[in-house]
Amino acid sequence: MSTTQKSDHMKYLADMEIIDSDIMNAVLSQTADYDYTAYQKSDVLNALKKDVIDFYDYRALLSPAAEELLEDIAKRARQETRKRFGNSVSMFTPLYISNYCVNQCLYCGFNCKNKITRGKLSYDETESELKAIAETGLKEILLLTGESKKLSDVKYIGEAVRLAAKYFSTVGIEIYPLNSGEYAYLHSCGADFVSVYQETYDTDAYELYHPGGPKRVYPYRFNAQERAVIGGMRGVSFGALLGLHDFRKDAYAAGLHAYYLQQKYPHAEISFSVPRLRAYKNNAENNPRDVREKQLLQVLFAYRIFMPSASITISTRERAGFRDNVIGLAANKISAGVRVGVGGHESEKKGDEQFEIADGRSVAEVHEAILNKGLQPVYTDYL
Amino acid sequence: MDLLNIGGKSFSSRFILGSGKFSLEITKAVIEQGGAQIATLALRRANAGGKENILDYIPKGITLLPNTSGARNALEAVRIARLARELGCGDFVKIEVINDSKYLFPDNAETIKATEILAKEGFVVMPYMFPDLIDARRLRDAGAASIMPLGAPIGSNKGLLTRDFIKILIDEIALPIIVDAGIGKPSQACEAMELGAAAVMANTAIATAKDARLMAAAFKSAIEAGRTAYLAGFGRVLEQSAEASSPLTGFLE
Repeated sequence: MSTTQKSDHMKYLADMEIIDSDIMNAVLSQTADYDYTAYQKSDVLNALKKDVIDFYDYRALLSPAAEELLEDIAKRARQETRKRFGNSVSMFTPLYISNYCVNQCLYCGFNCKNKITRGKLSYDETESELKAIAETGLKEILLLTGESKKLSDVKYIGEAVRLAAKYFSTVGIEIYPLNSGEYAYLHSCGADFVSVYQETYDTDAYELYHPGGPKRVYPYRFNAQERAVIGGMRGVSFGALLGLHDFRKDAYAAGLHAYYLQQKYPHAEISFSVPRLRAYKNNAENNPRDVREKQLLQVLFAYRIFMPSASITISTRERAGFRDNVIGLAANKISAGVRVGVGGHESEKKGDEQFEIADGRSVAEVHEAILNKGLQPVYTDYL
Repeated sequence: MDLLNIGGKSFSSRFILGSGKFSLEITKAVIEQGGAQIATLALRRANAGGKENILDYIPKGITLLPNTSGARNALEAVRIARLARELGCGDFVKIEVINDSKYLFPDNAETIKATEILAKEGFVVMPYMFPDLIDARRLRDAGAASIMPLGAPIGSNKGLLTRDFIKILIDEIALPIIVDAGIGKPSQACEAMELGAAAVMANTAIATAKDARLMAAAFKSAIEAGRTAYLAGFGRVLEQSAEASSPLTGFLE
């Protein structure tokens, strides 16, 4: 018999809000039914002929059979991207304000058992970081933390949001999942967009990768976007950490998750990110396994064609050459001048990085790259 | 001279350029090639004093039509319109209230509310709407200076999917009816003008063309041709079914 009893990862902890939603069940049951080996090239070609694709077509686009038709899929994806976004490519940067964490995610540099330098920005430090970033011309910022209700509580994050709203027209947060009332509070401080990634949608794999900490509770994380929308947030972001588990199923599930949320809340602005596993301090071997650039591109295209109106962000987890080519093709948003340690824009970083980035270009350099693609850098798209 | 009159201003061009999807550096050239005298401006994109500010790229002498894109209800639209005025963008405002992120359809009810508030404040209100006659009447009564019905979903390039409903607005509402979204080709713009639309707005179709300048010129010609045809008046053959060769009522004594 095991001496330590692991908590049930499908069971909410006390204080975790339970909302009335059937989205998770719908996503899980449909994902369980998805057999991507069952699709042929003809299914993909049929999908591409349609004006609006359905779930069946979306499955085909994510299947191995579709890999051989990537060029045809690219043409359609590009068309959809241009229809919705024209030449515009939005720019933003993340700011990590704290890397304290109580979770034990096996793939993450912030894992509380990973020996790294921990730290958080004081309000003064936060403000000087924000000022330094604002001087690059950016108008959109994404504030990030690890999960620690003790060291980076909602109040602390709220103050950081307030400061950010002084310098930026758009403030997003990528923090641990909250209850709808807490989202409403952060919204009142000036945040409008929330990113939460499910990492893997497979409940068994999720359990294995999250051996401890509140993040272990799968359904609470799953319903975070919906609670954020209930809390008044304007937009929410979806994604799976590609390379962690079965990327085709995970990407399928992330798309469905977003789709159902959009159906239930037509006003919500939907975004996708496509993070792939990266190396981090003390784990140089961490890599996205079977998700090579080709597969990543396939996922990007599938999201774009399945939900043409969604925003798609390409992060610095990918190399410059890849990023420069996917903007205007599938992605419409790109980060620049990125640091993924705590602070580090204005003064020395106060904590180590979450992962190693692959594109360290400045805002000015990314700006130039966007122009070189014949596209238009957009700094502000919200007021 | 055939002029488009809105809000006390007269325009010889009936081509309104939407600017949201352009590369800014070609905006000026596109306006010139298209002969546009009115250009929309998404206030949320205006980055006053910052980088890539669209206001820096629109030539002098062009009437700015700031839009309220990003507004999800009447109050947000009102707030954005007031901001536009404070920024010196003039009194023209295109009301866009969109509460649907997938199709970007306008919310007519909220649009009517915003129109009423802003018209009272002296704005020249040009509401973007789904072409519904009853709502168009409400907009007119609320003080709209023109009505901007969509031809098809924004960015879809599908043309005049709502053709017959737009025609009803043209027939029934004594305000300039300006076809706003969905126009993908010059021929579709021409068709809208032939119907009697007062002007056509286009953005995506031009911004995403291989040569945006040339496409702007094509739109200019098409809009002029459509307008001229409308003024010339179509022959009855096109308007009604063919005429019978002998009188249908000849049996009357």
